[in-house]
Amino acid sequence: MILFEFVSFELLRVVWWLLLGVLLIAFAMTDGFDMGTGALLPFVARTDVERRVVINTVGPVWEGNQVWFILGGGSIFAAWPPLYAVSFSGFYLAMFTILAALILRPVGFKYRSKRDDPRWRTAWDWALFAGGAVPALIFGVAVGNVLQGVPFRLTDDLMPIYEGTFYGKFLGLLNPFALLAGIVSFSMLLMHGAAWLALKTEGDIARRARTYGTAAGAVAIGGFALAGLWLAFGVEGYRLVNPAITDGPSNPLYSEVARDTSWLAAYSTRPWIVIAPILGFVGMTMALLKLRGAGEVSALLWSKLGILGVISSVGLTMFPFILPSSIDPRSSLTVWDSSSSHMTLFVMLVVTAIFLPLILAYTAWVYKVLWGKVTEDDVTSNSNNVY
Amino acid sequence: MEIGVVELSRLQFAMTAMYHFLFVPLTLGLSVIVAIMETVYVMTDRPIWRQMTKFWGTLFGINFVLGVATGITMEFQFGMNWSYYSHYVGDIFGAPLAIEGLMAFFLEATFVGLFFFGWDKLTKLQHMVVAWLVAVGSNFSALWILIANGWMQNPVGAAFNPETMRMEMTSFAEVLFNPVAQAKFVHTVSAGYVTAAVFVLGVSAWYLLKGRHIELARRSIAVAASFGLASALSVVVLGDESGYTAGESQKMKIAALEAMWETEPAPASFTLFGIPDQEARETKYAIHIPWVMGLIGTRSLTEEIPGIGQLEEENAEKIRNGLIAYDALLTLRQERDQTPQDVRDRFEAHSDDLGHALLLKRYVDDPRDATDEQIAQAAADTVPRVWPLFWAFRIMVGLGFTFIGVMTYFFYRANFKQMRFPRPALWLAVCIIPTPWIAAEMGWIVAEFGRQPWTVDGILPTALSVSHLSVADVLITLIGFMLFYSVLFVVEIGLMLKYIRKGPVEDVEETDAWTSRHIQRLSTSGEDPAALAAPAPQPAE
Ligand code: HDD
Ligand code: HEM
Ligand code: HEM
Repeated sequence: MILFEFVSFELLRVVWWLLLGVLLIAFAMTDGFDMGTGALLPFVARTDVERRVVINTVGPVWEGNQVWFILGGGSIFAAWPPLYAVSFSGFYLAMFTILAALILRPVGFKYRSKRDDPRWRTAWDWALFAGGAVPALIFGVAVGNVLQGVPFRLTDDLMPIYEGTFYGKFLGLLNPFALLAGIVSFSMLLMHGAAWLALKTEGDIARRARTYGTAAGAVAIGGFALAGLWLAFGVEGYRLVNPAITDGPSNPLYSEVARDTSWLAAYSTRPWIVIAPILGFVGMTMALLKLRGAGEVSALLWSKLGILGVISSVGLTMFPFILPSSIDPRSSLTVWDSSSSHMTLFVMLVVTAIFLPLILAYTAWVYKVLWGKVTEDDVTSNSNNVY
Repeated sequence: MEIGVVELSRLQFAMTAMYHFLFVPLTLGLSVIVAIMETVYVMTDRPIWRQMTKFWGTLFGINFVLGVATGITMEFQFGMNWSYYSHYVGDIFGAPLAIEGLMAFFLEATFVGLFFFGWDKLTKLQHMVVAWLVAVGSNFSALWILIANGWMQNPVGAAFNPETMRMEMTSFAEVLFNPVAQAKFVHTVSAGYVTAAVFVLGVSAWYLLKGRHIELARRSIAVAASFGLASALSVVVLGDESGYTAGESQKMKIAALEAMWETEPAPASFTLFGIPDQEARETKYAIHIPWVMGLIGTRSLTEEIPGIGQLEEENAEKIRNGLIAYDALLTLRQERDQTPQDVRDRFEAHSDDLGHALLLKRYVDDPRDATDEQIAQAAADTVPRVWPLFWAFRIMVGLGFTFIGVMTYFFYRANFKQMRFPRPALWLAVCIIPTPWIAAEMGWIVAEFGRQPWTVDGILPTALSVSHLSVADVLITLIGFMLFYSVLFVVEIGLMLKYIRKGPVEDVEETDAWTSRHIQRLSTSGEDPAALAAPAPQPAE
């Protein structure tokens, strides 16, 4: 408890904001290649054996990877309760769509090979496709909407109210800028999945994966650049009117927010953050080149770096905003006014400091045990233990 | 009752949670049973035990994925459908949920892949450790989610903060060591073990009836019966503990599941049977067993258990107290630092009952405007509907004692009657396969329905907890989940049956060869025991 006195509320908030980023990035880096692989499945693999090879590259690991997503949800709940409350109820039907798609994945992986009927297997192939493609797209669309501000306000009791008709709430999400963001995230994860397949498979599958991955990488790079330009000229940014009270109570209504600036203003006040988009471009470009060339491990690593760059660009650009409100800027959620209490953030940090390194250690061990390419021989000779 | 967002959200939560809990108990128990079997394999090196590990492991896997798939929904549903709840108690409730991910989900999910894919990549010992890590992970996950759920039943270690309009954690240790959560954890986990034991017992009994896979079935029964007997005893003992902790913290729930309309002189009797009539507030055709309820609820013969009528009156009083706190809260919020000390004191003195004032929000925007009738109405709302609780509880308890009986019987036959089971007993074992699931679902109805009208007991009413959604929103997802989940259910039951019918398919030759040697050895008994350990002579080639 002595430590508790030393770690200030302000510092904890920044740390938890960073951890939020770490979780999202880890999710995109790990489960991202599962989703990319799923989305590529019907195209890079034509025969049943080929498809089983592709599925078995992620077979033993997708489950652990998916926990990054679940943990993301859990830690938003624990560290940023207002964000958890506002975003998931606001994006209600979009969340439902994501959940439905994500539910298809575990079932698809496990059940596909449990019957020989080709129609059964084809149905699950498309389920796996949807399970990868739909979330990859919607996550981007959601980020696009967050950057533009979301139509919610908080009552005096801090109850979130979401404006708009129900179909408007859903279809309204699909505006042009958000769609562009969706395309960026979709193609980025496609490229990432391709890099994974290039590493874990050989022959035709690897060759096709490289082709699709190169194309997807090009789209991702172009889309990311376009989104940056759009953000500069077409999307209004937010700013805090008064200097932030960084250790005040978590009540968003206590701060004044104006919407009269550009998000990119952050790059003049905090020029160093330009490193994030640079990393994004460099990472994705190098991954693309390695995919065209012969890189295996390096393509995957560069692709991870690209993901790191792209996601942290968004976070760093918006700081301290987390979820701006388009209809009532005062309700916007920021790092300084939508966290858990000092006590909860501290307890959770202690727990995370113990368990996150453990998780990384045993996950690394599992990947090491499973190291190596998955071949057609592996899946045909070992039918009972693999998918 | 008008069907609004609140009712639909409740229905959706109840449906998805109860559906999730179809898979959870089997995962909890089967992961342990499989790990036990693999341990026997590693210790004895007999191939039959590896075959058993793989066979039950396959069924475990089919069940496990649906547990995972439906768990994803649960994790996000609080934010989607219960956004005011999430804001109001996320500071406390979110923590165990996040810790569950860090400590449990990562463990089970990372190693479950290795369990299935690692047979050729790991040493025997490593693989056994992996199996145990999966089991430990599942059980940890139950621990943390039940700490979260236990807090909703008995919200300790937290206080209301007027500046942030929510509950905030004051003591993590109190949340962690909440007696309700501890009792719940052991009761629920034991319930999972019973479920898996009954499942293994029933499937094995079916094999014996069909004369298939005899060796596998007999050994599985031996494991299931001993494991099941211990767990069944634990379920009942810890169920009693749950009743006792609920008696301490949730008096209304106890009174309702007993249909105890008025306070009885101590020690209260237990109503074995009866037809509760909510309107008339009486239980028709009641058969009482004297003293038993007093013992369950208070562990004494002299303490009274308050009846529904008395509790309702106490709640009306709490509502009036809560209104004082509510009034002070509005001043606090307006004036912030400038609030006069007497207002602060008034708030502090009554803030425990603030939640009761919020019950009035169903009827008036500003609870302070409530009429006496509305206060009486809100107090009446604190009485849950009695008959579902009354019956759900009796079904669960009845099944609990049945399991003890069945498990004792099979344990006895397995250990003292050379595994000779009469056919009717085997058929009984097959027929009761679904019952642990029924008991567990009934248990959740007792726990959750009995908590109504609160999501967090005494703190936040259910009607206030929901998200600001339209009826159409919730209807779409409710129907979507129903359709989607029904299809998945059919698929999973189909696969389960297919793989049960198929029986063990792996390591068949090796196991059969071992088995025939083994049987031969047993039939030529009287041999020197040392010869048993030596490699048996190969059957004539
Ligand atoms: C007593 C046990 C218990 C209870 C009450 C719940 N769960 Fe559960 N949950 C488990 C026991 C469990 C488990 C045994 O650990 C599961 C079931 C099958 C499985 O694979 O893990 C699981 C899986 C599971 C998963 C997938 C984890 C993974 O990927 O490995 C999530 C996200 C949740 N649950 C979340 C929840 C939430 C938010 C609940 C509350 C409303 C909940 N569960 C109730
Ligand atoms: C998986 C096992 C569970 C089952 C079967 C279950 C069952 C139910 C049921 C039947 C209801 C509806 C009660 C009603 O509306 O009358 C309900 C509601 C609810 N339960 Fe549970 N529950 C489970 C686990 C949990 C857990 C672990 C939590 C918290 C961590 C939880 C939180 C809630 C909430 C927030 C509601 C909605 C509000 C309410 O209606 O009370 N449930 N659950
Ligand atoms: C004599 C036997 C039993 C008694 C006295 C008993 C008692 C109880 C009580 C009082 C509760 C409510 C706790 C609360 O409201 O917080 C409960 C809940 C529950 N019971 Fe039982 N029970 C028994 C047998 C069983 C059996 C056989 C199963 C399943 C195989 C089971 C599964 C559950 C579950 C899953 C819950 C909900 C979780 C919880 O609240 O702990 N129970 N039980």
